[in-house]
Parts: sequence; C-alpha cells; structure tokens
Amino acid sequence: MSVSQATFRSALLDAEEAVPEGLLDGSDTPAGARFSVYRNNVVVSLTEALRTAFPLIYKLLGAQTFDRLAAIYVRQQPPSSPLMMHYGQELPKFLQSFQPLSHIGYLPDCARLDIAMRRSYHAKDAAPINPSVFQTDPEELMSLRLALAPATIVLRSDWPLHDIWRLNFEPDAPKPRATAQDVLITRPEFDPAPHALQPGGADWLQHLQNGMAFGSAHEATITAAPSFDLSAALSQALQTGALTEFKTKDS
Amino acid sequence: MLDNSPRAPNLPNAPGVGYKPQHFTDLRADPGPVRWIEVHAENYMGDGGRPLAQLRALADQFALSVHGVGLSIGGEAPLDRDHLARLKTLVGWSSPASFSEHLAWSTHGAEFLNDLLPLPYTSETLQRVADHIDQVQTALGRQMLLENPSSYLCFAESTWSETDFLAELVHRTGCGLLLDVNNVFISATNLGLSAESYIEAFPLHAVGEIHVGGHDEDTDDHGAPLLIDSHGKPVVDPVWSLLAFALAKSGPRPVLVEWDNDVPDWPVLRAEAERAALALAPAQ
Amino acid sequence: MSKTMKTVAIAGAVAAAMAAQVTTAQAAAKEKCFGISLAGANDCAAGPGTTCAGTSTVDYQGNAWTLVDAGTCAEIELPAMADGTERKGSLEELDRDLPA
Repeated sequence: MSVSQATFRSALLDAEEAVPEGLLDGSDTPAGARFSVYRNNVVVSLTEALRTAFPLIYKLLGAQTFDRLAAIYVRQQPPSSPLMMHYGQELPKFLQSFQPLSHIGYLPDCARLDIAMRRSYHAKDAAPINPSVFQTDPEELMSLRLALAPATIVLRSDWPLHDIWRLNFEPDAPKPRATAQDVLITRPEFDPAPHALQPGGADWLQHLQNGMAFGSAHEATITAAPSFDLSAALSQALQTGALTEFKTKDS
Repeated sequence: MLDNSPRAPNLPNAPGVGYKPQHFTDLRADPGPVRWIEVHAENYMGDGGRPLAQLRALADQFALSVHGVGLSIGGEAPLDRDHLARLKTLVGWSSPASFSEHLAWSTHGAEFLNDLLPLPYTSETLQRVADHIDQVQTALGRQMLLENPSSYLCFAESTWSETDFLAELVHRTGCGLLLDVNNVFISATNLGLSAESYIEAFPLHAVGEIHVGGHDEDTDDHGAPLLIDSHGKPVVDPVWSLLAFALAKSGPRPVLVEWDNDVPDWPVLRAEAERAALALAPAQ
Repeated sequence: MSKTMKTVAIAGAVAAAMAAQVTTAQAAAKEKCFGISLAGANDCAAGPGTTCAGTSTVDYQGNAWTLVDAGTCAEIELPAMADGTERKGSLEELDRDLPA
C-alpha cells in the first residue's frame, strides 16, 4: 500500500501509467483524477518556465507549436536543479535532433541565444572599464590586458543570429540576411542586449578573455580576419560595457 | 533540537505581500499597510544583476521573509547540499527575519519536478522530515518555519493526522510553523474535513507566520469540489473568516497575501493587504 | 608592417574609438533597479486544476506538427547557408512519423 516517491514520480510524468494505488480521496476511494492536479502542475509550471526562458524560440515557433515541443521536452529533460532560472540548458541539443523541427536549422543557435541572455541577466555585477586606461603610451597600450565582464557572452553562429533576434524583438526590423553572424551579449546595467559582431570580433574578444595582451590579440585576430576593424570593435566593446577591470602585463 | 536564542528580529505582526518584480516601484512608493515582503529563495540565487539589486533595495525598506520552494524537505533522498549552501549564502547576506519551507517534496533522483508533492504521514516519514529540518536549522544556524501543504488526495498508509505530524515535528526539532489558512481551507474542502477543527488542532503557539491566497475551483471524478492552490485570484470570504478564526486563537501574527499567477496591478494587491490589516486589528 | 608601425596603427585605432566614446553621452539616470525580469522564476502556486496539459498523450506525429499556427519562423527564408545546404525556415510537412 505504500507509495514510493519513485512510483509517484513515474506516474507523474507518464499519463499512460495508472494512478498509484494507495492514493485516496477523503472518503477512502481511489484518488483517480485528483492525481491529475499534480500531473498538470508539473507540466504547466515547467512549460511556463520554458516560455519565459526562451522568448526567441517562443516567437519563432508560435504558442501552439512551442507548447507541444515543451510537452515533450519537459518529460524527457526535467530540471536537474531547483533553480528554474537555469532550466532548459539541453534545449539546443534537443532541437538539433528533434525531427519535426530539425529542418529549421537556426533553432538550436536561437535557443543558445535565449540561454545566454538569461545567463547574462543573472551574472555577477562588474564595473565597466574606465576608458582612461587606454590613454597611455603606445608601448603600454600594446601590453594592456583586458577582461570581459561576467555578464559578457560571445556566441558564434553559422546563421544570421542577430538579424533573427532583431526581426523578433525590434519594430520594423529587416528580414534576416543569408549570412553568418556572431553575437555579443552585454549587460550595461541590468538588461542584457545582443549586438552583431563584425568578422573577427568574436576571435578578438576570445583572445582578450584568454589573457592575451592588447597588441597580440589584434595581431592574432587580423591574421585570421584581415578586414577586422579594431577601432569599431573597441568602440562597440566600450559602448556596450563588455569590458571590465584590466591588469597590466607585470601586475 | 535547536536552541532558539540568537535570532533575527521577528516579522512584524502586520500585513506582508509576496513580492513580484512588476510591483517594485509601486510597492516602495505606496506600500499601504505592508510592512514586510516575502520572496521565493530560488529566484535570488543568481550571481548578480537586477534580482539581487532589487532585493537589496527592498530589504532597506521592508522586513524580509525568505520562503524556499525547492529544498524538498519531504524527499526520500538526502537534502541537496549544494542547495543548502546556496540558501545559507542568501540567508547570510539578506538577513531575513524569517526563513520558511514546505512540508512537501519536489526532487527525485537528479530531477527537480517544480511542484510541491505530497508525502504520507507515518513514523518513518516523520523521522526523515525531522532529520532534514535539523540539518537545515544546523546549516543555517537559525530556526525555520515549516508550511502545511494543500492536499488534493491522501495516502492510505498515513497513520498520523497532519496536525499531529506537524506538532511532533515542532516538538522534535524546535522548528516553527507557517500556517497557510488557504491551504487549510483547500485541504479541508478536498478531503471532507472541518477547517475549524484543523485550526483548533494546530499547534498555534509555534506559528511564526500566516499565509492567505486565492484558489481555483474544480471538481473530481465524482463531481465533488476540488480546490486548487493557484494563487491567481483574490482571497475568498470563507478564507478571510478562517483567518479571523485562527487569529482569534493565536493572537496577532504576520499575515502574508500570496498572488503568483495572473498577478494584478499593485493597488489590487495592496487592497488585499488592507483587508489583512482589518483582520489583524481585533487581534492586536 | 614593422612593430613600430603596428603600434602606431593600434594607437590610432584606439584614439578613434576614444573619440567616438565622447560623442555618446550616457543615458540619464533612472530607476535602474526597475525593469523586465527574465525567465524561469520559482513559485509555490499550482497550475490550473486538472486540465489536459498533464494528462494529454504526448504527440510525436510528424504530420500533426503542420496543422498548427506558425510563429515568425514562417517569415524567415534562409537559403544556402555556411554549410552549403538549402535551408528554409518554415514548418514543412514531414513524410513520416517519428517513433515515440
């Protein structure tokens, strides 16, 4: 007669399973559809969490398709942590292999963008870098080391990821162009925003993040992306608050 | 058994509200009778950003209750040590006047099911929950409150009444209780019991906080009423009456209005807090 | 390019970026703390009753996916992407059902 939590859990996520025996209403008859309250709570609350966690995927698919996707995903990939702010980490991979939607090739990258926006939102606070650190003699400048703020995230994509985001969240945005776009997410105060990166931009930020000096990072970037515009990249990084406190080579 | 001596100041015996970020500006500018707020612990376990900034600002103006929804105190498995550590961090920096959790489970194996699931009331589950409460109180270095659940069904194997089960937990662990009057009304209706008798049997001396909230109405397979703890509507009159009944027996307590779904504009929630203030007036 | 020339080029690029900063004044101070909250909050409320979300059979039927409203992906057409394959961002009918 005892109902283990394993039995309860199993019937919770599989509506085809019988309601566990030993669950009753108030007059000692089997609980029947009362168990559905819990079945419903789990699926509705997790679906709702995914809706708010993946606003771009939600817009791309529309409410009905999204909810049907969620109904499958929440049963296959229930949260692994009590922090709902982190739920859905496996959705990009799931979308990659989910056949009914696999012809929409950009969906996994869009899910990665939604996840990155959330990660940025909850990231540690950091003061943006003081631009005066760049007002130094050229030799010092070459050996400057910079750090990305904890809320700064670089996403690489084979798809026009930033165009797709704009189409969904900016009024009168043009249709996405058939081009690959890396995306920079920054959080100047509390609101993360995505920005399109120029070719080489993701490499440059990655080099800086890896601790490469300012001069070497530029050198390494233009070797791979000759059109890289340092002035534009630095302007963008400063205006979006992508960088935080730095250290010099010897410190 | 926890020694209750060094404690943060208690919550005031006044109305509080469950905090919703959309009320940030209005709540601070026009709190009405609201003197304290409650937040769900798990939403403030990020590393930074707006949630933590808001909580810091609110804690300057209001007494704070941290209400956990993810610890799975009723779980068969040991408590999640990482989660306990996160709670310790949050309770450490936000210094709430109260920390509470639920008589429920939500984690199984590696899965978090995001719902407050029921447990049978047996001597075995009693000992397990008591051990978990001891572990929480030791880790946090303070007393916790445990909330009575909303019940939609019961377990054939239960050998304890819910009120006796809770009273024994208080006795064994020194924890306090969070009396959710809406949950009492829901469980009593759903299981065909008397809400007043439940309150009379409840260890009211241990109650450190009271909840009221809205619920939905449904029916079961046999057409019997089935109330759902949706927190998406105003508190109904019978629940306000039950609150008055409880306060008349317990004396004044901090009373929280919960509204989590279909959250209204601030004036609507403030009006509910004003009603809670009216309910508290005779008990003061 | 010699090392000196590289240094000069970088210093020039930095100077240009600095000049651009001066022209973009910071937005006026506002209630920074207030604003949208993103995603996935925990709460302790229940969903709406016993409605079908928890009890409906999960649907893997490929062709059923075409019967629902499409979101904005219907507006996106992206041929010939980086890997050279033709891709079209719209819901298409599937020719077979997935195994459940």
